[in-house]
Amino acid sequence: MPSLNGRRVAVVAGVRTPFAKAGTSLKDARAVDLGRYAARELLERTNLDGTEVDEVIFGQVVPSALVPNVGREVSLLPQLPKEIPAYSLNRACASANQAITAAQDQIVLGHSNVIIAGGAEALSDIPILASRRLADILVEASKAKSLGARIKTFAKIRPRDLVPVSPAIAEPSTGESMGQSAEKMAKENHISREAQDRWALRSHKLAVQGTADGRLTAEIVPWLPTRPGGEIVRQDNGIRTDTSLEQMAKLKPVFDRRYGSVTAANSSPLTDGASAVLLMSDEKARALGYEPLTYIRSYAVAAVDPGWQLLQAPIFAVPMALERAGIQWKDLGLIEIHEAFASQVLSNLQGFAAKGWEINEDIINVMGGSIAIGHPFGATGGRIVITLSNEMRRRDVQYGLISVCAQGGMGFAMVLERR
Amino acid sequence: MVTMAPPLASPALTWDVDDGIATVVLDLKSQPVNVISRPVKDEFLACFAALRDDARVRAVAFFSGKADNFIAGADIEEFVKLGSAAEAERLAADGQEMLERIARFPKPIAVGIHGACLGGGFEFALACHYRVATDHPKTQIGLPEVQLGILPAAGGCQRLPRLVGARAALDMILAGKTERAAKAFRLGMVDELVPPAILAEITLAAARRMAGGWRPRRKRQGGFVGFLLDGNPLGRRLVFRMARKQVLERTGGHYPAPLAALEAVEYGLRHGMAEGLKREAQLFGQLAVTDVSRKLVQIFFATNQLKKDPGVANAPPPARVHRLGIIGSGFMGSGIAGTAVAQAEVDVRMKDADLARVAQGILAARAILDDRLKRRRITKYEYARLIALLSGSDAYAGFGRAELTIEAVFEDLAVKQQVLREVEQVLPHDGVFASNTSTIPITRIAEAAHDPERVIGMHFFSPVAKMPLLEVIPGARTSPQTISTAVAFGRRIGKTVIVVKDSPGFWVNRILAPYPNEVGHLLAEGASIEDIDSMAVRFGFPVGPVTLLDEVGLDVAVKVAGVMQESYGDHIIAAPGPGVAALVKAGRLGRKSGRGFYIYKGGKKRGVDESVYGLLGVHPNGGPRPAEILQRLVLGMVNEAARALGEGVARNPRDGDIGAIFGFGFPPFRGGPLRYADDLGAERVVSDLERLAERHGVRFTPCEVLQEHARQGTKFYS
Repeated sequence: MPSLNGRRVAVVAGVRTPFAKAGTSLKDARAVDLGRYAARELLERTNLDGTEVDEVIFGQVVPSALVPNVGREVSLLPQLPKEIPAYSLNRACASANQAITAAQDQIVLGHSNVIIAGGAEALSDIPILASRRLADILVEASKAKSLGARIKTFAKIRPRDLVPVSPAIAEPSTGESMGQSAEKMAKENHISREAQDRWALRSHKLAVQGTADGRLTAEIVPWLPTRPGGEIVRQDNGIRTDTSLEQMAKLKPVFDRRYGSVTAANSSPLTDGASAVLLMSDEKARALGYEPLTYIRSYAVAAVDPGWQLLQAPIFAVPMALERAGIQWKDLGLIEIHEAFASQVLSNLQGFAAKGWEINEDIINVMGGSIAIGHPFGATGGRIVITLSNEMRRRDVQYGLISVCAQGGMGFAMVLERR
Repeated sequence: MVTMAPPLASPALTWDVDDGIATVVLDLKSQPVNVISRPVKDEFLACFAALRDDARVRAVAFFSGKADNFIAGADIEEFVKLGSAAEAERLAADGQEMLERIARFPKPIAVGIHGACLGGGFEFALACHYRVATDHPKTQIGLPEVQLGILPAAGGCQRLPRLVGARAALDMILAGKTERAAKAFRLGMVDELVPPAILAEITLAAARRMAGGWRPRRKRQGGFVGFLLDGNPLGRRLVFRMARKQVLERTGGHYPAPLAALEAVEYGLRHGMAEGLKREAQLFGQLAVTDVSRKLVQIFFATNQLKKDPGVANAPPPARVHRLGIIGSGFMGSGIAGTAVAQAEVDVRMKDADLARVAQGILAARAILDDRLKRRRITKYEYARLIALLSGSDAYAGFGRAELTIEAVFEDLAVKQQVLREVEQVLPHDGVFASNTSTIPITRIAEAAHDPERVIGMHFFSPVAKMPLLEVIPGARTSPQTISTAVAFGRRIGKTVIVVKDSPGFWVNRILAPYPNEVGHLLAEGASIEDIDSMAVRFGFPVGPVTLLDEVGLDVAVKVAGVMQESYGDHIIAAPGPGVAALVKAGRLGRKSGRGFYIYKGGKKRGVDESVYGLLGVHPNGGPRPAEILQRLVLGMVNEAARALGEGVARNPRDGDIGAIFGFGFPPFRGGPLRYADDLGAERVVSDLERLAERHGVRFTPCEVLQEHARQGTKFYS
């Protein structure tokens, strides 16, 4: 089926690093290292000459103060021409999705033919900030004209100024943390603790299966150590083979200790990882001899008041994307829903069901989701596009849907098609 | 220093005057680089005479007109033609006189240095009054003369120590070192370090300042320690004593040039500039006609010729290798990978059977870059860029764009053929496959290929990053294009490349074989391990044959000897003696197992293991005379080299000698085994070999090529 705007955009291939819980196997890597690794291995696997690439777009949610534009650093890989432009963007947990749609736009417009889009996140390497007062004093001291003046400035420092500030995952507009929002959605939508734990268990079981049969590991490029004695990371390390409902039930709720139901087990973990997706115009892909995995049919972004149900915007984005694609919910053969929290997934599904859509769990997150696999904010969107595209090819499914909730009350949806 | 031939067609020096400052530009139009020859010197004299008389000129700013070269040195061709010590001394004195005029020029001279500033070029800069250099990597400054067996004789041995202190000067001069501009600036060899874009501006400004009476004030380098060692005669005596000791250790007394340079520096500091210059010229005269210098210059010319030799007649242009595939990420594979990245910024993809080995290989390759970073040869930014060129996996992903793939897997025909079959499926249609084998015929490996025209041998030496030689071995069906690509790539990653015939041992290992193999015989006859090694080292080999066996590994040596013997039979090369096999059985494999003929502890050689004699069933009792030991070690090698040359294993004596010198360290000052045979005379070599053959068997029977030269009274080099 031709694209609505003329030029069709192909998902040619995608790879990602293994996803590792923050502070574990990938803790020595910076986001830029992970992003460069994924992009370079993408070139290797596709045997693509770097000079064919027109642009690089990368998502990152918690950027490093030292490498603020991770996209540009990825594009400066020696395998790519230095003359191609690049940028980084932030649409929270849908950042890599946004990078992919931005790439699509450029290709549809005819500005580019080949773009590497993806995302990188190193939550082991988050910027730890100085307190505002300490920062002010340091700036003042650096402007001091004499040693005496400098010492006098330093003398103003009080012990409490030295306490570092680490960024919280909270809404700047409401002060509500992501977990609190998930907790609120569980209560308002009447999602039980057991239902959440069941969904989390399902995520792990399917991810274990996908890892064992190689479908999930097919998208992973093993991470090689950068120092002697380092570990080779071949797969995601958050997926649990040994968990059970009983074990999950023992955990205490984190965000509301008395009446809460959101626990560490039914939430996605803080994760390090990167993803890279190769997008091309259909003509270019064919000219270079590639067999595209899928094509982008449509996408949509919606937003809600963050003070309402923070992670419920997908129920507005998905209908828009379907409408733009000109297809119905029932036409979908596979669905990937980002799993920030089990309560959010179940709330989203409830919202879809309320539209009269039949929920067929057999086609949803067939290799598990972010709860088991992990969720490096900036990279997850790339992971989902790769996972879905590969599986659509395996099953020869015509239409696939992506649904991603994001901080700030945003929701992202995309429809992929096979032919 | 670079060669030059034709006389100057157009003036090399041009100048114009603006606002009291004369800007002088040196550009030898017919040459790729600037060199100082007699006609150039005459131009200098004329130019500066004119500038002296030109009333408008108050100061001079001097530049090179070449894009990336200042002055590469003195003209070597002129130097080679020198017939006597007296003539050479005169040449040096002429140069000194010209630079004295520069140094005493009544108007101040500032030089702006960008690109190589070597030998006579740097001596010229030293004679000028202010030196500005660019911080560009192409800007290399130094006095490499001793590498050609001579010394800096245009005042370099006088002016450099006066500028930077005796210690730093000796460090440069005695090793013939070349430094990057940043280091040269740190040492005080240049006064300012600037980006290339403002070189002219800053140099002109310095000239203008000097015209106004300003003079640079240079502080003594090296602080307090510098004063203790360089600033007083007592400290200086210590410096010279230590330097002399180091030179003797490094050269084994075989090279007179560093000692002469040391003397020139010391003499000048003790007796003053004028006397120093005289001594410097005298010593240059003596060195210029030494056999050592002649040999070193021959090697210099030979390597320069090899740099331009495409390795095959009517060579098609080589394919440019952007991406190199390496299969087998062990010691050799990672060494080649790291060298390719460090030397030529090639994108390298490695493959091995499992990821653990790949990871180890990448880290080993990276160690070559770590080393450069540590020695400040590259910045941390360059380092980050370079390590991004190293990657790998356990599959052939990425090999589809490799213009060249080199395998360094286990030394086994079936394994190598299997690898070739596998990778040929993914290589680009014109991709070259090279085997880094040391013993397996390339033609045999190529039998597995779909397209044997693209299969070739590239035999690197270990450790790859340090060893300068590469043997390129075309198989029976290898195409000229493939040869040309392999040769060009080897050269690009900094190797001296010789193209040799596809026969067992190729060139280097074949002619080296008799050297360690004689050990078993010598020991059986009662020679001691120390005597054998020390005779070889005294001859000028970097290590004796017994140590060599330990380094190579006794198991490997036995295996290689087996291959050789199978191919050539007892009458050519003897086995390393049954004794060595016994040592292997006893678990003594050489350095790698901590015990061979010697004992090794903590990576260091700790002396001969006396129990070896017992294991071998021999008794050191003096054995053959030292002279005979040496003769057997060296003439065996000479004989084999002559025979292999006769079989066309090396294309010519030049390649053969370069292979021996760069491949296993045949003493450079002896010019290589074939040059050495020429010096002894074929007749004498043949008669010595015949005498040895009578007493020790057919392995010493002189080969046909030597006998022919003896009969005809001819030489390898005509």
